[in-house]
Amino acid sequence: MTNTSMTTREKVEHSMKRRRAAESRFRLYGMASVLFGLLCLVVLFGDILSKGGSAFTQTFIETEIQLDGDYLGLDASSSDQDVRNANFSGLVKKHFRAMVNPDGRKERRQLYSLISAGAAWQLQSEVIADRSLIGSSLRIDLLADDDVDQWFKHDRGHEGEHSRLSELQLQWLNTWVDEGALKTRFNTRFFTNGDSREPELAGIHGAIKGTFLTLLVTFLLSFPIGVAAAIYLEEFAPKNKITEFVEININNLAAVPSITFGLLGLAIFINIFGVARSTPLVGGLVLTLMTLPTIIISGRAAIKAVPPSIREAAFGLGASKMQVVFHHVLPLALPGMLTGTIIGMAQALGETAPLLMIGMVAFVVDVPGFINDPSTVLPVQIFLWSDSPERAFTERTSGAIIVLLGFLIVMNTAAVMLRRRLERRW
Amino acid sequence: MNYSSLIIVLLILLGGGYLLGRNKARAIANQGMTLHSLPTHYGALVALWTGLPPLLLLIIWSLFEQQVVDHLLVAQLPQQIQAGSSADIQLAISKVHNLASGTGLSASPELQPAVKHLQALESRTSMLHTGLILALALLGLAVTWRRVQNTLRARSEVERMVRYMLFASSGIAVLTTLGILASVLYEAWMFFGKVSIIEFLFGTSWSPQIALRADQSGSSGSFGAVPLFVGTLLISMIAMFIAVPVGLMSAIYLSEYATSRIRSFAKPALEILAGIPTVVYGFFAALTVAPVIRGIGESWGLDVSSESALAAGLVMGIMIIPFVSSLSDDVINAVPQSLRDGSYGLGATRSETVRQVVIPAALPGIVGAVMLAVSRAIGETMIVAMAAGLAANLTFNPLDSVTTVTVQIVTLLVGDQEFDSPKTLAAFALGLVLFLVTLVLNFVALKIVQKYREQYD
Repeated sequence: MTNTSMTTREKVEHSMKRRRAAESRFRLYGMASVLFGLLCLVVLFGDILSKGGSAFTQTFIETEIQLDGDYLGLDASSSDQDVRNANFSGLVKKHFRAMVNPDGRKERRQLYSLISAGAAWQLQSEVIADRSLIGSSLRIDLLADDDVDQWFKHDRGHEGEHSRLSELQLQWLNTWVDEGALKTRFNTRFFTNGDSREPELAGIHGAIKGTFLTLLVTFLLSFPIGVAAAIYLEEFAPKNKITEFVEININNLAAVPSITFGLLGLAIFINIFGVARSTPLVGGLVLTLMTLPTIIISGRAAIKAVPPSIREAAFGLGASKMQVVFHHVLPLALPGMLTGTIIGMAQALGETAPLLMIGMVAFVVDVPGFINDPSTVLPVQIFLWSDSPERAFTERTSGAIIVLLGFLIVMNTAAVMLRRRLERRW
Repeated sequence: MNYSSLIIVLLILLGGGYLLGRNKARAIANQGMTLHSLPTHYGALVALWTGLPPLLLLIIWSLFEQQVVDHLLVAQLPQQIQAGSSADIQLAISKVHNLASGTGLSASPELQPAVKHLQALESRTSMLHTGLILALALLGLAVTWRRVQNTLRARSEVERMVRYMLFASSGIAVLTTLGILASVLYEAWMFFGKVSIIEFLFGTSWSPQIALRADQSGSSGSFGAVPLFVGTLLISMIAMFIAVPVGLMSAIYLSEYATSRIRSFAKPALEILAGIPTVVYGFFAALTVAPVIRGIGESWGLDVSSESALAAGLVMGIMIIPFVSSLSDDVINAVPQSLRDGSYGLGATRSETVRQVVIPAALPGIVGAVMLAVSRAIGETMIVAMAAGLAANLTFNPLDSVTTVTVQIVTLLVGDQEFDSPKTLAAFALGLVLFLVTLVLNFVALKIVQKYREQYD
């Protein structure tokens, strides 16, 4: 009606365009943020997969080798000890010398560096398994060196200046490729060997076993303790200052940097109590302390979710407090507690920093047998390999990461399935 | 007897105790007497008294056996070693241990008496150990079994014991905190006896190398931690620069705009980022992101270090995105719908509602979430250990290489170490600073979030 109201309306209409633009901009920022997060996820997984996929194949040199009994000093009746002492690596060298006739010591050395030290062990284990091979000729795929492996899998056809192989070596390799002697096969050694300084011999068996033992200790300690603590805090604890203090402590511990748990492990478990360094036992103890808050917090949530009517019914039938909790509340809360425990275990599985403090970075070749053997774990193995300059180790690091992520996916899926299956809505 | 067989024997005794106690109670009931508790309670009581005391003894014994044996050994060492430094004594003792177990390399005649003593001691303590524990178990079994009668209040006793056990379990969290505090405080105290606390907190030069010989130049090492604090701060700031806007905007989008279908897909997908082990992020930062940043920098004519703070900070930011987003999501969802409805009723658009109503209302919670994220970034170890440098440069240039508190703790403590050198102790002093800073951040953040939640409950 009046001029001013018109102008207000005009003002609003005029500003609507700007406001709508701001609205859609804001919405766009939000969408972009979510997409950025998802993009990071895709790039990360893509990067690891593209780097690590080739770790699961290994290059071999197929050849027919004469197992010369005179040269090895072996015959059909030799003992295992004799076979172990025999000079198989000399035999391998001799065989390849005869194949390409290198000229002079320098060329010979170049030739030998194409074949892995593991080739001699391959022959040795064949002979240990079957003595009748001595004197005959054996068709076998011998392990190639990691430089050859990388060249054959990645660089062949587009040799750059960064290749670690010389002209002469490439010439030999190309003839072998033409003869069809070089081939890749599934890399079983990656899953059956312990760590090694030679990439083509290095595997994650030791690390996986160490991880398994460490997590076993962690689970056996943290699950009962976590469940007991959750029950106490939720069902029995009186509402007083002490309980409040315990609760604050647990919440804080859940957010304390993991590396400080390593400091605790080093100063108390190792230096005061004399637990052996680098063992799954001490690793498991440290990870127990680390995962306990997670398990307690999720356990309390699970107990809280059990409706009071269940408790009241049990009380009404004359059950004692302890009987109510252990016969009725705990069985109903257990699926939720298990889910929390699996998530806590998944955290422990990926944890590296505290384990560095307690000596699990040691170079351990042997596969650990029990919780007091020196060992390493998968994430620490990844950390160790990522430091190695060889390109083949980068590939293996990514391969180990793929295995680690695989385990994590399995555990988290199990947690989700368990929740879906057993969760009850009241 | 070794531990595993000892534990198996204990378990068998425990099971036997349960059966014996239960059967005696049943026999009493069969005589027509009324039991105070169920027969299983009597069984459980006997089992508890059979198993618990020996188990406690076993734990205490195995914790302290090493120290007691070593203490007894010192007396057997030759005079000149006993007079030497604690490191020499330690070395001699570990030599004796190796010789006694047959893995020692050098036969040192002067250590022979100690070796003999240790072997005798070990066989004796092992016998004593097994004997004591089994005796304790049998004693507990026998005494409690004799006590089983119809008037024994077995259920109340069992329940009281279980209650104590539950309480003890919840106390482990407190013990952990105390353990962390005690270990870092004690070692840091030793460190501050060698290096002044003023120099540590305000010195600007960090080179913890201790000379092998006393006459070597630069033998003292310097422990000014300011470059580490600055490096930590720089990397954390870069990380928050990524994580806070992205995390907050994702949370707003997912809770205010996204359809439930998008939400049910995008929220778990983002949370996968939080579940990826940090060592994987470290590898990604060191081998993929750092070279890319270096390449981009070089194409712009910038001098980028191959271990730039930017690469580590960026990747750390990515890691923290889901942390910020899920915590902010929680607090945004806790803002009552009535506030939003009121704002819409006054004609505000969605984004205006979010910016002028929802965010201010949720601000305390968001601040708490960001503080928790900062504490996470400060304490993060693997990403920086793999992607950030070791050189303690005092700089705010994100393209330079900096080092952080956690990286230094790792480098000082990994590998061979003597336990009373300032180098090793410095790691604990750094650990103390780290623990206190994160503790304060967490404590304040948790308080803020709690207060905020109560406000709308």
